[in-house]
Amino acid sequence: MSKQVTVRYFAAFRERAGRAEEAVETEADTAADLFEALRDRHGSAEPRGHCKVAINDEMADWTTPLKDGDTVLLFPPVAGG
Amino acid sequence: MSEVVISPRPIVPGELGAALTEPGAGAFVGFEGRVRNRNEGRAVERLEYEAYAPLAEKEGARIIAEACERWPILAAHCVHRTGMLEIGDYAVWVGVVSPHRDEAFAACRYIIDEVKVRLPIWKKEYYTDGDSGWVNCERCAAGHQHESATAG
Repeated sequence: MSKQVTVRYFAAFRERAGRAEEAVETEADTAADLFEALRDRHGSAEPRGHCKVAINDEMADWTTPLKDGDTVLLFPPVAGG
Repeated sequence: MSEVVISPRPIVPGELGAALTEPGAGAFVGFEGRVRNRNEGRAVERLEYEAYAPLAEKEGARIIAEACERWPILAAHCVHRTGMLEIGDYAVWVGVVSPHRDEAFAACRYIIDEVKVRLPIWKKEYYTDGDSGWVNCERCAAGHQHESATAG
């Protein structure tokens, strides 16, 4: 079922997408589906397992089902320290 | 004072260490992460850190809570920089106080190791040759067209 979500891009993903945030109409059932569907946007060839996702400001699993109105934060591989 | 703070301001280790006072503390262990001038064979001129602070601080609090569960420490504190940093600047600081040194060393090591792999923080290196790149993200800029091209 189609749903409307807000996607936020960070660091390399933001640079690649050319934007920090966008509204996306999607058929994706899970965060993983959305990440794959948006490869044209963030443009990354990075394996999903190296990246992280947060939904509505909570760290989430890629298998988390998406709901209409969710804000999905896509994090490229982290490098703190 | 047990928390993780994401900050755009310079880290002053002496102040942070002095603030970590507990009457029962016989040991203090600190870790300072500094910007170095080389990474993977390339000469680095400066670094830029980006963080998503709300979640970095939340996940950081979990890491410190885990350390407090695993070792009998009294307090722990961590500060991680954002923004543009020069060679020698402090990028991250971790301090732990405990009655004895063993648990302070162990907890400090645990906190910095987890901070590096779990917090939503990204590091962009600016090289002396004018190039720049996001660390751990060499495929981020690659584009997935190559995959698609070979997939069919």
